Amino acid sequence: MNLAARVRQVTKEYVLDGETVRALRGIDLDVPEGDYVAIMGASGSGKSTLLNLLGCLDRPTSGSIFLGDDDVSRLDDDRLSEIRASRIGFVFQSYNLIPQLTVLENIEVPLYYQRRLSPRDRRRCRELADMVGLGDRLRHRPTQLSGGQQQRVAIARSLVNDPYFILADEPTGNLDSVTTEEILELLGRLNREGKTIIMVTHEPHVGARTRRVVRLMDGTVQSDERRVPPQPAACGSPSAECPQPLAS
Amino acid sequence: MNFLWLRTWQLGIKSLLLHPLRSLLTVLGIFIGVASVIWLLAIGEGISQKAQEQIEGLGASNIIVRSEKPPSEVTERTRGVLPYGLTREDYDRLVSTIPTIQSALPIREMRRRFGYRDRMVDGRLVGCTPEYAEVTRLELDRGHFVTDIEQQDKQNHCVLAAEVAERLFPYEDPLGRSIHVEELYYVVVGVMRPKMATAAIGGSLAAQDFSNDVYVPISTLQSRIGDIIVTRRSGSFEREQVELTQVTLRVDKVENVLETAELVKQTLEPHHRNRDFRVTVPLELLEQARTTRLMFIIFMGMIAAISLVVGGIGIMNIMLATVTERTREIGIRRALGAKRRDIVRQFLVETVALSTVGGITGVLGGLTCGPLIRWMRGLLDEAFPKVMAQLPDVIRAVQPVVVPESIPLAFGIAVTIGIIFGLYPAIRAAAMDPIEALRHE
Repeated sequence: MNLAARVRQVTKEYVLDGETVRALRGIDLDVPEGDYVAIMGASGSGKSTLLNLLGCLDRPTSGSIFLGDDDVSRLDDDRLSEIRASRIGFVFQSYNLIPQLTVLENIEVPLYYQRRLSPRDRRRCRELADMVGLGDRLRHRPTQLSGGQQQRVAIARSLVNDPYFILADEPTGNLDSVTTEEILELLGRLNREGKTIIMVTHEPHVGARTRRVVRLMDGTVQSDERRVPPQPAACGSPSAECPQPLAS
Repeated sequence: MNFLWLRTWQLGIKSLLLHPLRSLLTVLGIFIGVASVIWLLAIGEGISQKAQEQIEGLGASNIIVRSEKPPSEVTERTRGVLPYGLTREDYDRLVSTIPTIQSALPIREMRRRFGYRDRMVDGRLVGCTPEYAEVTRLELDRGHFVTDIEQQDKQNHCVLAAEVAERLFPYEDPLGRSIHVEELYYVVVGVMRPKMATAAIGGSLAAQDFSNDVYVPISTLQSRIGDIIVTRRSGSFEREQVELTQVTLRVDKVENVLETAELVKQTLEPHHRNRDFRVTVPLELLEQARTTRLMFIIFMGMIAAISLVVGGIGIMNIMLATVTERTREIGIRRALGAKRRDIVRQFLVETVALSTVGGITGVLGGLTCGPLIRWMRGLLDEAFPKVMAQLPDVIRAVQPVVVPESIPLAFGIAVTIGIIFGLYPAIRAAAMDPIEALRHE
């Protein structure tokens, strides 16, 4: 089985007020394609640091992180930006849509930084908006949408570049229980269609919806609980082989 | 990447329109800077062109020697008639000894009151030779100027300047009529066209005005009125004897002007120990005017540069605020794959847009300076007629001349300033750590 991400002996140290903080102390983690992983842990356990490293927003102090076949741990800022633009789909707790752009334009942003926006890409952006149920609000601004709708736009945006995996940072943290259910439903459906999802959460009932729960404590993996095997590879993932998506 | 640039511009303009007032005020700073560059240069050019025309009116190959009343400590010792200034002997001496002098014009002027019936005009009675009109570039309107025959025969003929003719003969043709100057009568034989005043000569600040002149043959003046002028001053009479008020010398070549002027001084000095003459060289004035113009342009340029820098600081200020305000957006964009240079480009585009709009409107504003100054002057003339009348002629009558080079210059400087002052905020935006930026509230 192909791996979407492979983390090997990763450590991360910060210097804070002259003191060295060891946020990660040797993490090993394999995320196969089609997996749906919840990373859980108390605050200070290093889950945000791990997320930033997986998201190529930062570089580890030592160890390697492979996205596909490339070790991203030693790349320069420009290369990391390219990797983020082409291989990672971000979903944030606070949605992080760009306020002055419309729904459609927000979805287009990652393509824009890949220097591509063909008519086909535009059509795809519309399809994604349709898929998350906002096909009739393409011209709306984020402020005109509810939290759940904004998060759905963010999910559509995270899919637009066909990423190796979606990196979701507490995606339901700002939502009420009904909307949380909607979003989790959407993420679950995407995963069943073959999308790999790595999600940071501290809510057990959110973690319970995933295939696998990785618990961190003091910068190490405390437990790695596999509950459901990963979804077999499907169209849209980096090593797509089968032509038709699996029904949910 | 055309598509990327297009998108970046779209986005930049969109962001600017999000805060229309803020963008407008920023543009205003650049607008004022650009417009003031064009205005100041146009006014400077207008003043210097006028000065140059006035000096050229004196003739570049001329040397003007003028009688001057000696300082009072010299005159106080003399009683009765005070003789001073150039004499006919000086005139002969200059013409016969200096070979580079092509021709010389003796001129005798005095203030007089001219009358026709009950109408009176105060003006300048000028005794001159036939060449006078050509040398001072006076143009004839009707009749003829003083002729050689009139000069020889000392005839009682005169030629009127346009304004004198207008005021003495508002309804009739002056040709053939007689005007009286004190107790003497002169027959009008010609009328001149109006002439612009020329540059000041002989140390006075006022420009030389030809509008109230009456020209008569110098021989006539000499035989009729003589050399002695009597003026009443504070209850007593003062008598002065002046043979010639001015001698205008024409030099054969412009290159010889300065040398000849020196020779003229050397020739006259032994006979005029009390320094009662002054030599004016229009060519020198012309050079001076060029230097003055250059200094003026530098000075104006500095003022304009300061206002442009102020505009640039305005841009920088607003962009720093924008960058802080949009920290989170920067973080989002970086997370979604924007490189540092994408962020720099995005903010730079905004400053370039601001300064370009400022530049274009500034150029348009600069081009309006002619009509606007005329309008303002009209307004001030109505509101404060007395104050305006006291202002020097240069300020009252200046016509700004837009220097063509100033338009691309001002525009280019504006855009450059936009880039320079926009670069720092843009780089600061790009240098932000994406993780920190995403956390920013």
